[in-house]
Amino acid sequence: MDKKKGILQGNAFYTLLSILVGFFVGAILLFLAGISPGEAYGQLFEGVFGNLKNIVWAFIYASPLIFTGLSVAFSFKTGVFNIGAEGQFVVGSLAACAVGILVKLPPALHIPLCMLSAVAAGAVWGSVVGLLKVKRGINEVLSFIMFNWIAYYFSNYAVNLQILHKEGGGEATKDILDSASIVFPDVIRDFLGKNRNANFGFLLAAAAAVLIWFIIRKTTLGYKLRAVGYNNYAAQYGGINSDRAVMTAMAISGGLAGLGGAVQLMGMSMRISQFASQESYGFQGITVALIAGSNPIGCIFSGLFYGAMKYGGTKLSLVDAPSEVVDIIMGTIIFFIAISHVLRNLILSRKGGKA
Amino acid sequence: MGRVGHMDKNTVVIAMKDIVKKFGDFVANDHINLTVYKGEVHAILGENGAGKSTLMNVLYGLYRPTSGQIEVKGKAVSISSPGHAIELGIGMVHQHFMLVQPFTVTENIVLGMEPKKGLMVDLKEARRKVVELSERYHMKVDPDARIEDISVGMQQRVEILKVLYRGADILILDEPTASLTPQEISELIEIIGHLTADGKSVILITHKLKEIKAAADTCTIIRQGKYISTVDVSEVNENELASMMVGRDVAFQVEKKPLVPGEVVLEVRDLKGKDYRGVQILKGLNLSVRQGEIVGLAGVDGNGQTEFVEILTGLRKADSGEVRIHGKDVFNASPKACFDSGITSIPADRQKYGLVLDFSVAENLILQKFHTSEFSSHGILKRDKIESHARELIEKFDVRPSGCENRPAGTLSGGNQQKVIIAREITNNSELLIAVNPTRGLDVGAIEFVHRYLVEQRNKNKAVLLVSFELDEIMSLSDRIEVIFDGHISGSVAGKDADENELGLMMAGGAVRG
Ligand SMILES: Nc1ncnc2c1ncn2[C@@H]1O[C@H](COP(=O)(O)OP(=O)(O)OP(=O)(O)O)[C@@H](O)[C@H]1O
Ligand SMILES: [Mg+2]
Repeated sequence: MDKKKGILQGNAFYTLLSILVGFFVGAILLFLAGISPGEAYGQLFEGVFGNLKNIVWAFIYASPLIFTGLSVAFSFKTGVFNIGAEGQFVVGSLAACAVGILVKLPPALHIPLCMLSAVAAGAVWGSVVGLLKVKRGINEVLSFIMFNWIAYYFSNYAVNLQILHKEGGGEATKDILDSASIVFPDVIRDFLGKNRNANFGFLLAAAAAVLIWFIIRKTTLGYKLRAVGYNNYAAQYGGINSDRAVMTAMAISGGLAGLGGAVQLMGMSMRISQFASQESYGFQGITVALIAGSNPIGCIFSGLFYGAMKYGGTKLSLVDAPSEVVDIIMGTIIFFIAISHVLRNLILSRKGGKA
Repeated sequence: MGRVGHMDKNTVVIAMKDIVKKFGDFVANDHINLTVYKGEVHAILGENGAGKSTLMNVLYGLYRPTSGQIEVKGKAVSISSPGHAIELGIGMVHQHFMLVQPFTVTENIVLGMEPKKGLMVDLKEARRKVVELSERYHMKVDPDARIEDISVGMQQRVEILKVLYRGADILILDEPTASLTPQEISELIEIIGHLTADGKSVILITHKLKEIKAAADTCTIIRQGKYISTVDVSEVNENELASMMVGRDVAFQVEKKPLVPGEVVLEVRDLKGKDYRGVQILKGLNLSVRQGEIVGLAGVDGNGQTEFVEILTGLRKADSGEVRIHGKDVFNASPKACFDSGITSIPADRQKYGLVLDFSVAENLILQKFHTSEFSSHGILKRDKIESHARELIEKFDVRPSGCENRPAGTLSGGNQQKVIIAREITNNSELLIAVNPTRGLDVGAIEFVHRYLVEQRNKNKAVLLVSFELDEIMSLSDRIEVIFDGHISGSVAGKDADENELGLMMAGGAVRG
């Protein structure tokens, strides 16, 4: 009895419930569109779990999402809402791309340098918004959204700079040098179902998640940032400089998203193409963070889930189902997670009344 | 005291029977009974953490009881939400304010029941109603001020007005007087009298036995979640009430050994500053506190004491003047610099400044010291040390329930939250301890305990500045009493010579100005 109540109180239960509801709503829409939900979901499932190569694809798709998820989750823990991970991701990617093309170094130095530049670019992108908030009182949500667009247009501009642009036309930059690639060596790729894009990204993402968890839970920095996030007044009263804490939080959050951009570039895309629209890694990070309940370790799993859905979604066209079904399912899940605390109170107070 | 009761023994408005409320395995209410009649003032008395607020939250529909029945006006009900409770005519003023900080006083009072003009909220009409209501009940509020800018006292008045605005006929007041000045308290007791004359019933939770004697017809006593008894207030005295509640005899006076004050610790000269509205509130304040003395700062709320303490602790900037600790300049220093030079404080608003409610008790207990080598090394928190530190303080300061070090501070009862702050600030063992209403919301047993700790600090040759609206507290603890009026010190008396009437007069600005 008590155990049952424990499950009903737990977040995991509501998350799973929300996921089920998400698939259910997706099924209804597929049905209304005249597509057999069974067939479409079968395709989705098959597309991800059909063979080792596909499973590895899900991991590849997940890596950047884990980073942006961590970025958003970290910002939630510290009381700001980083809706700007999108822009930080773009500038991180761009910085890594520039260094990856223009600097010639052996891999052992080139890879870290690319990643550091990405972290720095993302951190600056986040900090400027932090600075506007702290010094000028400008609402961070507004400036984040503006900075997303600035990053978007800046990237499209940079792609066409002569020194980066691909020779012989096309709407993209040159490929980064091989010394900046984080794709696994051939032996490992052969072992992983011959997936040509299998890379170190997921390992980095998992390590970053553990590190962020550690910072939040175990360090004085995490204590400070959480105190400011939970109760700014008490934090100030306790002698914590809350302005500096907000800036630090935004820089770390931005750096994580920037690193996500680097991982996507150096392990998967190898170049930046002209955007026709925002790529949404940052916004999908919000979903990842919400499904994980802002828990950094949870972001690994929710990132994998989203990555798998995204990859599986690309296979839906085989049964003439639009891949947007995945977006609808994810949106529904978020909606239900958001209202799940209402649900929880309803269920628990019913039970409380009888018990 | 010649109080006229209005209780109608024939009409039961609330009957709570055998109420049990569990949180996990913890039993907060253990078979409690409560009967309230029309026109009655029914006090509920119990130690911190006894389960009073929990019982009232059950009645107000915030918690579902684990078992038990509730009847309202003779009808069995299952109260599912505060909205439902309000429909049944039950209104509640919570121990901790539930106001929307960035909204104005008017907006908060009418929230959810706004007067409308077409589809729009008619704010003019709302404001008019609020002013009318506040005048009718003699509760001074600034209808246009934002909640985040007004004092604790005014926030409390807003909460009471909010319930009255909703037209409740059964009012639950959970420690409504905890932050009111003595004058405001007698006004509130008068209001309660008018309400009951009007046929309304009031359930009053308070730790102040005097108020129970002055305001209540009946008193129900709860001890550690269990129902003890219900007594007719006119038939018991304060000491009997206290020992029924605690289960032992309580000493109301603390022993103080005579002591010679030493060096000057705090020196404030000609301090001037503004309040949140930019109005000049401190108008050249001079004050000093020496080692080994408790200086009581008495005054009516709103005369600058809140701002004064905020300046001393670094939370507010002053315009001009001098503030020194042991000769060292700390004028307009940061909170951290103030703390580092030896100032700690028990803040007036415990949930705003005192605690991070989402932090565990253990985390709250290291708020100013988390970065010291005692609790961290190389930026990593020493979890074991933090927890054992917490266990030690929980034990020493009797924070209940014992073993709460890993619980979020927000789940403790109000009085126990206060004990957490007191434990932290007293163990800081600083040169100057500023205590603002330190016993607010504490039961008589706990008050005795805190008073002993304040005196102990003094006996250890520390300086203590006690800011309190409780004249009794100021008079029984202070070596010297300074009266603040209109932004400066209007008079000073030695603690042992203090006379309540004389002080009252000084606080009202009746003394010769120095
Ligand atoms: N939401 C909750 N979850 C867990 N425990 C709770 C919760 N609310 C209250 N408690 C526990 O129940 C007990 C009774 O708390 P309650 O707030 O009713 O005390 P109280 O009599 O109002 O005390 P005080 O005079 O200090 O306000 C306390 O031990 C408290 O820690
Ligand atoms: Mg209480």
